[in-house]
Amino acid sequence: MTLALNVFTVVCVVAGAIFFLAGTVGLLRFPDTLTRLHALTKADNLGLGLIMLGLLPHVDGPFGALKLVAVWVLVLVASASASQLIARSVRKDQ
Amino acid sequence: MSVEVMFSAGVALLVLGVAAYTVAARESFSTIVAFVVYGLLLSLAWMGLHAPDVALTEAALGGGVTGALLLGACARLRGEKPSTAELGLIGRGLALLLCLGVTTGLIAVVFLLPEPAPTLAPEAVQALASTGLGNPVTAVLMAYRALDTMLEKVVLLLALVAVWSLAPDRFWGGRPAFGYPVETGGPLSFLARVLIPVGVLAGIYLFWVGADAPGGAFAGGAVISATGILGFFAGLFWVPAVGGFRLRLSLVAGIAVFLLVGLGGFLWASHFLAYPEHYAKPVIVVIEIAMTFSVGVTLAMLVVGPPGKALEP
Repeated sequence: MTLALNVFTVVCVVAGAIFFLAGTVGLLRFPDTLTRLHALTKADNLGLGLIMLGLLPHVDGPFGALKLVAVWVLVLVASASASQLIARSVRKDQ
Repeated sequence: MSVEVMFSAGVALLVLGVAAYTVAARESFSTIVAFVVYGLLLSLAWMGLHAPDVALTEAALGGGVTGALLLGACARLRGEKPSTAELGLIGRGLALLLCLGVTTGLIAVVFLLPEPAPTLAPEAVQALASTGLGNPVTAVLMAYRALDTMLEKVVLLLALVAVWSLAPDRFWGGRPAFGYPVETGGPLSFLARVLIPVGVLAGIYLFWVGADAPGGAFAGGAVISATGILGFFAGLFWVPAVGGFRLRLSLVAGIAVFLLVGLGGFLWASHFLAYPEHYAKPVIVVIEIAMTFSVGVTLAMLVVGPPGKALEP
């Protein structure tokens, strides 16, 4: 059981790290602000989500798990709103 | 090499790199963003040194509030030419020498520390029972060195007075006018509506848990101030006029309660800021409630700056 959980954690966290890497590469390589925002959301949503999922089996108790999920949800809300604000200011400048 | 050492080395390299970028960047906006990242990295470094209390304060103040203050200054200065001439070669050389001197001095001090380093930590933990607290850092801040903490709040208030004193006479007593456009009904107001309740809860939690775990009035107050700033910028609530009585009362509440309790020390223990025996913890909690509130209001008012709109009749 422990082995299975550990394998689950490693797979999830590695997958999350790959999304972060891809998001960073996109941020550095994409040509304009809107596409760069698109790359960033992948790191925030999927990357952090997968890492959070992978760490869930290792927290103590349901409250610890709830805290981790809350961190992910808060980052989602904040990054989605920030992306909207940045995109709006880009459109205003065009 | 253990994982912890590798992590610390990575953080140290990143801190140095971002610090160098903060100095080298030519545009003020990029410098400020780098400075905020620098603060967050520093708080990671403090976590690596097992100092979560310092890490929390660094993240909330060094990364958060200072970043907001600097961004506000940047917005106000946009489009204005620097009024001072650039430093000449000799000036730059002197600045470089001074910085190198300070850095070498600090390195020398760290290496010259006696082994083991002098510490009061055992005494601080030993006297913990008399305060009724579980976190020695809070005991130092609120009991052993309470006078320092009180004076720190006075300094914070003085900083706000200094900011307010920049107001032109015709705006005195009016509302602060910050350099950002207020946006209602957009994503910012959605974010504010979602985050303000969460932030207030998190701030109260940080203050409450500070008795037994890392946290405390300053970190809690900083989080609460962030929710206020978000509300101002999203147009959810008005920035209070600086002449208002209720605002003034909120600003001095923390210091006033602290002073009252301090004077009460003469009654029950015959010296300033002594807490009554067996009731130390409730008294400390009352002071911290008032302080968390005042710190939150003061930091938020610092960020929105001096009054820039005359008071409506």
